[in-house]
Amino acid sequence: MAYTDEDFKIMDSIIKRYPRPRSAIMPLLHYVQSKAGYVTNEGIEVIAKVLQLEAAEVTAVSTFYTQYKSTPVGEYHVGVCTNTLCAVMGGDAIFDSLKDHLGIGNDEVTADGKVSLEHIECNAACDYAPVVMANWEFYDNQTVESAKELVDSMRAGTPKPPTRGPNKLVTWKEASAVLAGLNDGLAHEGVQAGEPTLLGLKLSKEGK
Amino acid sequence: MTKLAPVLSAHWDEKDSFTLEGYKRHGGYTASAKALAMDPDAIIQLVKDSGLRGRGGAGFPTGMKWGFIPQGDNKDHYLVVNADESEPGTCKDTPLLMANPHVLIEGCIIACHAIRAKHAFIYIRGEVTHVVRRVNQAIEDAYAAGILGNGIDVVLHIGAGAYICGEETALLDSLEGFRGQPRLRPPFPAIAGLYARPTVVNNVESIASVPAIVKNGAEWYQSMGTEKSKGTTLYSLSGHVVNPGQFEAPLGITLREILDLAGGVRPGHKLKFWTPGGSSTPLFTDAHLDVPLDYEGVAAAGSMLGTKALQIFDETTCVVRAVLRWTEFYKHESCGKCTPCREGTWWLVQILRDLEAGKGTEADLAKLLDLCDNIMGRSFCALGDGATSPITSSIKYFRDEYIAHLTQGGCPFDPVASTLFAGAGA
Amino acid sequence: MTTEVVDMITVVIDGFEVTVPKGTLVIRAAEQLGIQIPRFCDHPLLDPVGACRQCLVDIEINGRAFPKPQASCTIPVETGMIVKTQLTSTVAEKAQRGVMELLLVNHPLDCPVCDKGGECPLQNQAMSTGEGSSRFEGVKRTFEKPINISSQVLLDRERCVLCARCTRFSEQIASDPFITLNERGALQQVGIYENKPFESYFSGNTVQICPVGALTGAAYRFRARPFDLVSTPSACEHCASGCDMRTDVRRGKTLRRLAGDDASVNEEWNCDKGRWAFKYVTAVDRLKVPQIRNSEGILEEASWPEALAAAEAGLKATKSAVLVGGRTTYEDAYGYSKFARVVLGTNDIDFRSRLSSDEEREFLAARVVGSSTTYRDIDKADQVLLVGFEPEEESPIVFLRINKQFRKRALKVVSIGSKESIAVDKLKAEFVKVAPGQEAAAIAAQSLTSKSVILVGERAAESAGALTAVAALADSSGAKLAWIPRRAGERGALEAGAIGNVLPGGRPVTDAAARVDIAALWNTDSLPTEIGRSTSQIIEAVNSGSIGGLVVGGVDPLDGDNSQATLAALDKAFVVSLEIAPSAVTERANVVLPVAAITEKSGSFLNWEGRARSFDAAVSDSLNRSDLRILSMIAQEMGISLNLGTVTAAIKEIASIGKWDGARVSFNKVNASTQPALNADQALITSWRRLLDLGTLQKGEENLAGTARQTVAVISPKRAEAIGVVDGDQLKISTTQGSVTLSALVENIHDDAVWAPRNSRGSQLLVNLGVAHGAVVTVVKA
Repeated sequence: MAYTDEDFKIMDSIIKRYPRPRSAIMPLLHYVQSKAGYVTNEGIEVIAKVLQLEAAEVTAVSTFYTQYKSTPVGEYHVGVCTNTLCAVMGGDAIFDSLKDHLGIGNDEVTADGKVSLEHIECNAACDYAPVVMANWEFYDNQTVESAKELVDSMRAGTPKPPTRGPNKLVTWKEASAVLAGLNDGLAHEGVQAGEPTLLGLKLSKEGK
Repeated sequence: MTKLAPVLSAHWDEKDSFTLEGYKRHGGYTASAKALAMDPDAIIQLVKDSGLRGRGGAGFPTGMKWGFIPQGDNKDHYLVVNADESEPGTCKDTPLLMANPHVLIEGCIIACHAIRAKHAFIYIRGEVTHVVRRVNQAIEDAYAAGILGNGIDVVLHIGAGAYICGEETALLDSLEGFRGQPRLRPPFPAIAGLYARPTVVNNVESIASVPAIVKNGAEWYQSMGTEKSKGTTLYSLSGHVVNPGQFEAPLGITLREILDLAGGVRPGHKLKFWTPGGSSTPLFTDAHLDVPLDYEGVAAAGSMLGTKALQIFDETTCVVRAVLRWTEFYKHESCGKCTPCREGTWWLVQILRDLEAGKGTEADLAKLLDLCDNIMGRSFCALGDGATSPITSSIKYFRDEYIAHLTQGGCPFDPVASTLFAGAGA
Repeated sequence: MTTEVVDMITVVIDGFEVTVPKGTLVIRAAEQLGIQIPRFCDHPLLDPVGACRQCLVDIEINGRAFPKPQASCTIPVETGMIVKTQLTSTVAEKAQRGVMELLLVNHPLDCPVCDKGGECPLQNQAMSTGEGSSRFEGVKRTFEKPINISSQVLLDRERCVLCARCTRFSEQIASDPFITLNERGALQQVGIYENKPFESYFSGNTVQICPVGALTGAAYRFRARPFDLVSTPSACEHCASGCDMRTDVRRGKTLRRLAGDDASVNEEWNCDKGRWAFKYVTAVDRLKVPQIRNSEGILEEASWPEALAAAEAGLKATKSAVLVGGRTTYEDAYGYSKFARVVLGTNDIDFRSRLSSDEEREFLAARVVGSSTTYRDIDKADQVLLVGFEPEEESPIVFLRINKQFRKRALKVVSIGSKESIAVDKLKAEFVKVAPGQEAAAIAAQSLTSKSVILVGERAAESAGALTAVAALADSSGAKLAWIPRRAGERGALEAGAIGNVLPGGRPVTDAAARVDIAALWNTDSLPTEIGRSTSQIIEAVNSGSIGGLVVGGVDPLDGDNSQATLAALDKAFVVSLEIAPSAVTERANVVLPVAAITEKSGSFLNWEGRARSFDAAVSDSLNRSDLRILSMIAQEMGISLNLGTVTAAIKEIASIGKWDGARVSFNKVNASTQPALNADQALITSWRRLLDLGTLQKGEENLAGTARQTVAVISPKRAEAIGVVDGDQLKISTTQGSVTLSALVENIHDDAVWAPRNSRGSQLLVNLGVAHGAVVTVVKA
């Protein structure tokens, strides 16, 4: 794919957020993923060009962070937390069943390109364990069954909405644009907090 | 009985708590207006007087950190907010930012004014799309309302999956566009931080605590907590409990009190082990239910308050499995810079996998502990140290369980029994 | 001269006091006491990183102990510091043993098949600091065995201990971050961007500083064991930087060359040409026995007496001149200088077998002989001005030194030229863009101080008035001036008087007292009094019949601006050729005398600073003789004693030449030429030789050639638009003599200029076009 003048304009605006251009390398890598779905060589070269870096320096950064993918992922990238707490609470069972159900392994994509699977580390939602992320949106308190239903809905093209997130699950590329710092206007959608988040406050109001 | 004390979380139950309107409804941005009229040094003194300590884990006094920034040096200063919440078990900043991003922005304004910085960066982890949206929108709205952009700018920087970037110097390298590997110290960030300029790096909760302190005064804040651990804080309870969630309470509350509030360990089960502040803090057991959860209390009992991430595991949980999984996490997240952490975690995982599978001998436990001894205090940053915490503490309390794996030739636990859905089905 | 005041600090290490300058790292303070703390990532010329953790020691300061062992490579000494290394602290010792064990967890332990075996810091320190056997029983990390990261460098990631010396060198020293650490954790690995190999001119240094066998050079891989090699300190013959080197020889054959350690010159670095271009010495076509051209015009092998007799007969029969290339040693050049005057009775000698001018000859005699600007002056400069000089291409260690100061303290660099170069970009230099040939005005417009340094390259001679302007600028500002030729022997040849206007030590040939000085030394009645001819004048004189004989040493006739005339002169004259390998001169010579290559003889070069870079023969049993020895033999044959039978004799005689206090050659000002008018399809050519190109000393080094920069023709965006050319289109540059067609690159170059490499594959401008700088050429889309 070719990067258009409009793309370069956006990249320029990303660079301008920072006092020094090199700081923009991470949002630019997210931006490349929003265009190509993963970090392509073309993307690396474009970033090297706009930041006046060597492509090797961009590669060094892109391979350090796990969210940058060197191969394509699905339209919906599903991460199952298998860090200790979620794993114990059911994350391991969920991950195993999704592998079976989808017929793919870790870091693999379904043949239709809809769903990819990854076991992820703690995603800061332990009070909602076990947690599944899709395009880095929260799916709280999952079970084996709910997780299967979730990926089925993705493959059917009507993904279930996140528990705490926008009303509709955005695609991987759309989410990547958000992670590049571009506003998709969906911040107001979804709950402000889930029940566990509010538990202490509720109890306090009950005089606890 | 310690009473809960919602300050940060006081209005999270309002549907629009994350909006500018929602925030202003309860006096949002009046603290920053007040602070901007104050002498910066007076704000630093106020924060010092409040006793506020860093909520990212280390508990360093926030006001003192601000005071380290050299003044009149004609250099740019920076505030960097560490929102890279990734420590296993830790889940307080993420819901805070989802429910009320504006309190952080207001805290940034006050902190910037205090340390004479014009620029604040919020380094948020990249795996939380909707939280990114909320913070980004809040920043946009604050600019649109003229709250930002009048001498103080806030930039949202979004990470991309690296636990190590929670380490402040790795975070700075990452923010500068490099691989997130820790830097040599000295120089410390207060002297040469972001772009080699004087920089304060604070946790989200620390900065978010500042507006209330400015609004209500140091004495008010001081009145809560214990002798050396002042104020309120978010305790995050997770795992095998009836009602997990966030509990904002004065420092010094005990796990027994929090468990009571949460309805206790799930019915029919009992507490086996827990982390006081994330996986890098040595494990506690049911013997530690009454340890005051403040910086001193937890340290005196042999662990660290850390991020107050209370992960509760009941007796169905295999401690070897739990520790192996954490160790795999540290291996996955080791940045690779230093030998002990990079190679040590690689090796630890292999030994633990064998132990969990019942392979090996008791001598392997000694080897494991010696290996931890060669990593702890030898690695470049605290990640390597943290990797050894669950191992050494679990062997301390559950040595017999390790041995049981060896004598039985495998794990004696049924993993299904410990799942959330086990109770429902079984 | 000012002396820098340095605070000294006394610390105690393992019970011994040592006093070192403030800022010294603990690991180096320990070295002062002979205490070797094991280390991998530490390198004295790289920024401390503290990554490998091998050098952990116990430290206390004023009674306060650090709670855990500290990396001694990152901690500077402090007053009141007490250090306990592995020798006196069990904690430090266990820490070091622990780290060593961990380092070996993922190391393949393939020492028996590893090139580094026998000289490997990991191997050595595993012996000193490790256990006999490992407790590790698990699975090692594996990678594909060595991968080529350039045609010259191979990477074995399994052996790598991730000390980051290589990546730090590439970034911090060479400013070529083409290799980086990629991935993370235990999968962290050194790597390149897959579409851009590690093509840095300095890549070999990473092989040398790699503390394990992870980086190896293709040329040396699997060739030898270090303990089978005989090492000799040597000096580099490839350029005027003057690198200290080490040559490793096995059974008479050079197997590798390494950078030597000289803090005042090359520090511990060198360039890839210096490291990896040495096969020419052992090339199959090396000349080994003398040859004489017979009556049928065919070269025949001959005995030395026959050959010397033939040389004597030919030279005696006519008036002869000397052409000596810029690659001879100082001593050999002195031999040629003396031979011309004493044996041939002429000042017709010139070492400049390249584009040159009379302005330059006067400049050299008036301003360069005996001058003493040094690397240290670059270290202290407030500004460096580059004129007709591309340091990275033409004197790479000068580039490294400028770059060091740029990185350390943002040294201001100004470059006057027509095309922005990679080095200008890396040094963030101010690029003063001029049309080729119009340098003088830009030079005159510079404002420098007495702390500035002007580095002027040999190409300044190609622009009329440039050296005049340089001299004037140096005079008006008081700036230090240095002339940096490309070839290693030119400065020595100048000092030796291998040029028509001066005798050794800058004595003007026209000065009677100067002649008396040298005549006395040379034990001769008189010396020729007229200023000798320059290279091009000698060629002209041969072609017009006023000179009949040439003694030619180390000259490539295709290096000059009129190669056709040079070849014609060689055809016409009686030529005695002193050479190591057949060349265009050999083809036309009457007598061919084989000489020793650099590794086969001792001697010295004077680098651009005028600093002697002495070396001994690395190959001790060569039968080849130095130029000096052979010139003495010819002289003997002609009945004159040169008294220069050995290099030692020459060194002694050179040392006895006093300093010349008399007048210098006067420097006559030369005006700049006016810029010729150009048609739309015309441009002014400009060029330089790249470090890696078709140079004769790089013959046969294919791995090295694989890392050469791409041959391109560079034009400005304006010209590109005017003729409808984009990057990658073919561009034809032509003169009446010929043309080259090259891939176009649109870059920052003067609109009136076109640039192409002077002597690269597909672009040998002096042969193809007959011009290289400032001349009008036609540029069209091909």
